[in-house]
Amino acid sequence: MKDKRIAIVKRAVKEIQDGMNVNLGIGMPTLVANEIPADFNVLLQSENGLLGIGPYPVEGKEDPDLINAGKETITTMPGSSFFDSAESFAMIRGGHIDLAILGGMEVSETADLANWMIPGKMVKGMGGAMDLVNGAKRVVVIMEHVNKHGESKIKKECSLPLTGQGVVHRLITDLAVFDFTDKGMMLIETMEGITIEEVKEKTAASFTVAPEFAEVK
Amino acid sequence: MSKVMSSFPKAVSDIRDGASIAVGGFGLCGIPEKAIQALCEQGTKDLTIYSNNCGVDNWGLGLLLANKQIKKMVSSYVGENKIFEQQFLNGELEVELTPQGTLAERMRAGGAGIPGFYTATGVGTPIAEGKETKKFDGKTYLLEKGITADFAFVKAWKADTLGNLVFRKTSRNFNPLAAMAGKITIAEAEEIVEPGELDPDEIHTPGIYVQRLLLGTDYQKRIERRTVVTAR
Repeated sequence: MKDKRIAIVKRAVKEIQDGMNVNLGIGMPTLVANEIPADFNVLLQSENGLLGIGPYPVEGKEDPDLINAGKETITTMPGSSFFDSAESFAMIRGGHIDLAILGGMEVSETADLANWMIPGKMVKGMGGAMDLVNGAKRVVVIMEHVNKHGESKIKKECSLPLTGQGVVHRLITDLAVFDFTDKGMMLIETMEGITIEEVKEKTAASFTVAPEFAEVK
Repeated sequence: MSKVMSSFPKAVSDIRDGASIAVGGFGLCGIPEKAIQALCEQGTKDLTIYSNNCGVDNWGLGLLLANKQIKKMVSSYVGENKIFEQQFLNGELEVELTPQGTLAERMRAGGAGIPGFYTATGVGTPIAEGKETKKFDGKTYLLEKGITADFAFVKAWKADTLGNLVFRKTSRNFNPLAAMAGKITIAEAEEIVEPGELDPDEIHTPGIYVQRLLLGTDYQKRIERRTVVTAR
């Protein structure tokens, strides 16, 4: 894993509190599971019908009837439950999931998220992302701060089609952490060795620096 | 009249060109392998399929795609399939992308006699285009319609001869909802027992939703992403 992603994942896991029910998106968010403190009672939800995802199975113990939303073979934790897809999304849409950590392509300064399609490329589909961003109590997006051309992925307005409008509570990148509040987008932390000036330079969106601002060590 | 049939070709024989079918499964997990194969061999065309995914290139609903039997797919995620992409770009295949929770609830609602419902999912996104909205307590919601289908294909782990179904682990997924949405639900199970042998408390789908029941054997249960840890 690239250093940038390690830093994002390590910061993202701090969002998880003991006792939470959490949904982790496919890709980088899935890696957050490995960092959850062992003494925490956290149930991870898989939208295909499981609350209480366990680790990957030992080789030879894979069960084709037991997968996560990324279609990977998994196991269950003690205390887990299975249910159908409508029940799964009742949990999500009904506000019973404490936290969703999702990947992003673009986030706007007004908390819009785009993470499901790029015009001109084949559309794969939104899966459960639109349900999660509107239903989870708290939505945290994790993504790299700039794209491979060095352009800010944090925009004044998203240029890509939206997954949800005004839905992001917190954004964690390899440079900084932002909150979306009534007073707009606020910088609350910079990653170790990153200055506010550098964040400003690499961010297309406008933001203010929160009174509680700190540098993550 | 018994719901139990012994021939998959016979169970799908009255599915005509242009029919709609709700199909259970998530990825390749819990898919009705046998009914799909029988419909593939029958060659029925211009189908509208309601299913979360569309299989992979050579398995599951991908078989019906490769055979050009599908006219329209209503799904939440179709990214695993190259034939899908080709047919979509050629204009041979119509696609209605529906958020996963909305799709599940549309099937459940359709099967429950609820023609539509409001949800916050999709507000302000491309899928809201052309849909009615309504405000409840100052928040905007989209009107989504219930789904009913001419047929449904579902895959259970155990069944009794009255069509009561039990699913295993995460292979349950969309199966109970497809069963509700189908006017004629064709269920296949790995084991069929006599009434009374299943505990009424353990039944996931009551037999009232199932019109035809078949025993399936030699399930492939393909795994899309085999992820393991090495034993210590």
